[in-house]
Amino acid sequence: MLRFLGQRLLLMIPTVVVPLVLVFLLLRLAPGDPAAQILGDQASPSEIAALRSEMGLDLPLPVQFVLWAKNIVTLKLGTSFFFKQPVIDLLPQYALVTLQIALAALFLAVALGSILGVVAAINKDGVLDRGLVGVAVLGISLPEFWLALLLIFLFAVTLRWFPVSGYVPPADGLLASAATIALPALALGIRQSALITRMMRSSMLDVLGEPYIVTARAQGLPEAMVIGRYAVRTAAIPVVTVAGLSASYLLSGAVSIELIFSLPGLGKLLIDAVARRDYPVVEGAVLLIALMLAALNLIIDVVYALLDPRVRMG
Amino acid sequence: MTDQAPILEVRDLSVSLPISGRMVPVVTDLSMSISPGEAVALVGESGCGKSMTARAIIGLPPPGAVVSGSIRLEGRELTTLSPRERRRVGGRGIGFIFQEPMTSLHPTLSIGQQMTDALRYNLNLPTRVARDRARELLARVGLPKERDLLNAYVHELSGGMRQRVMIAMAISCNPKLVIADEPTTALDVTIQAQVLELLIAMRAEIGLAMLYISHDLEVVAEFCDRAIVMYAGDQVEAGTPVECLKMPHHPYTRGLVDAIPHAGEARARLSPIPGQVPSLGSWPRGCRFQPRCPRQDDRCATRPELATVVRSEVRCWHPLVGEVS
Ligand SMILES: Nc1ncnc2c1ncn2[C@@H]1O[C@H](COP(=O)(O)OP(=O)(O)OP(=O)(O)O)[C@@H](O)[C@H]1O
Ligand SMILES: [Mg+2]
Repeated sequence: MLRFLGQRLLLMIPTVVVPLVLVFLLLRLAPGDPAAQILGDQASPSEIAALRSEMGLDLPLPVQFVLWAKNIVTLKLGTSFFFKQPVIDLLPQYALVTLQIALAALFLAVALGSILGVVAAINKDGVLDRGLVGVAVLGISLPEFWLALLLIFLFAVTLRWFPVSGYVPPADGLLASAATIALPALALGIRQSALITRMMRSSMLDVLGEPYIVTARAQGLPEAMVIGRYAVRTAAIPVVTVAGLSASYLLSGAVSIELIFSLPGLGKLLIDAVARRDYPVVEGAVLLIALMLAALNLIIDVVYALLDPRVRMG
Repeated sequence: MTDQAPILEVRDLSVSLPISGRMVPVVTDLSMSISPGEAVALVGESGCGKSMTARAIIGLPPPGAVVSGSIRLEGRELTTLSPRERRRVGGRGIGFIFQEPMTSLHPTLSIGQQMTDALRYNLNLPTRVARDRARELLARVGLPKERDLLNAYVHELSGGMRQRVMIAMAISCNPKLVIADEPTTALDVTIQAQVLELLIAMRAEIGLAMLYISHDLEVVAEFCDRAIVMYAGDQVEAGTPVECLKMPHHPYTRGLVDAIPHAGEARARLSPIPGQVPSLGSWPRGCRFQPRCPRQDDRCATRPELATVVRSEVRCWHPLVGEVS
């Protein structure tokens, strides 16, 4: 198990490094001068040149790259040009919003999807199964932004159960905070839960035809135990793959759904920072998102290994 | 032995399966009775309905199957039980050994978890006691004590070890009857003999009754008290296995015996039965063996009943009475 974890940690490195290098290059090679941007139209060329050398932008690209890489590795993310605050202090509050939405959506997707998938499978071809399969097809075909607008209109504007937009941090009241992320999480999670429902259903149907299920039944074990312990255990394995994809999708989805609900998350921070050419913030945010995605992959791998001894030992 | 009240009594068991939209008979009017401690063999070619019979008896036929007839276990009618009560017959009443130990054991639950689940649930044992008993059982079926097999998974075991685990599981909750569905077919030849020996020894030790499914009449003759020969879902002959071998009465049984290769005999002397087993859904109306039978005539267009011929029960209008040459 330790060797397995070590291998997985090594595999994480490229998933973090590649996006960072891309961002470094894109920012440096894109037209437009951040120093000029920061100082505004009134600045004289000498003022701009002074700021450029202060920011290290006058150095050759390879030198900049080495300095940059050193700073990333030592987690010196620099100070935001715009906020005049260390990036490392700036990120957590934005990340929290994104994580909250993504995790709530993931929980919704996995819990609802798994349960509905199992229910559909054990009622195969029954009314319940047909209904669930129909709803899942609908859920998969709804685009998220459309669903988001629909939810806003129904629950926020018409029923007034939830706020239309805005964000309350958990420190100011858990319930109020949950209410502000409920709709974005729902908008994001429904499609994934429909995907997981379908996956769980077909995986369960495969497993229920396996000889070891007949063995468990022939041993006299009650059906609830056969389903809940013997069937779900193996049926969940392929679902974890889908859930893993969902999770990375949800993380990036959270970044974009924040814009619809105007929530102060990493997505909004990133978009604003790009517009302001606030390099340190862009790099910091990308680093954080890449790290979160890598951590997610690691978690998925660990869940895999827990579910399947063949992976753990192989 | 046969005077005692039977453990298992099956009367007119029929099983139909839905195949491309219509119900097709797979097993018809099968009757048998197994006394305490007795070993009965169910013999026939692949696809003749042996496994289906076994699955109907334990109440786990494939989805959509229609089962009719009477199945009594120690005098208790099983076919009228509620699904919940029916399920509880498994493990405690009847132990089951499957043909494919690899796929019949759970891939991601350890051997110990699978064994203790049944022990805890069926015998209400606390976990610790159940684990101790599982360990005992594994030792009893000849698995090495040194290896901690309770924490092993099926993919870590060899074929022979897997089948020993299956046997341990089948006898774990003290059933009086074990159904073994071709328990050695998936194993290497040398391992086959070991597993068979183990089964025979266990049977003697516990006094188990056994329904042993096989396609090999000679193997079952070594330890079974009676044999039932099946052909295309039908019971064609029932008698002692030795009688079936030495003096087969049904032309199909005779065909089976003639097809057994013997050491020192030229291959050319083997006479396979001409023709092919009719496929499901296209069985002849009368005797199922008629199209392939050397003794068939017009009478065979109606289905013969089981009738006593010498010491066996035979379903044939023209049974053989002489010895095999
Ligand atoms: N789930 C199923 N659906 C449809 N047909 C089936 C199903 N299971 C078995 N059959 C068919 O029923 C017939 C009897 O099958 P069964 O498994 O009882 O044969 P068998 O005598 O055990 O053969 P073998 O020696 O190969 O195990 C076969 O023709 C088989 O193709
Ligand atoms: Mg079979």
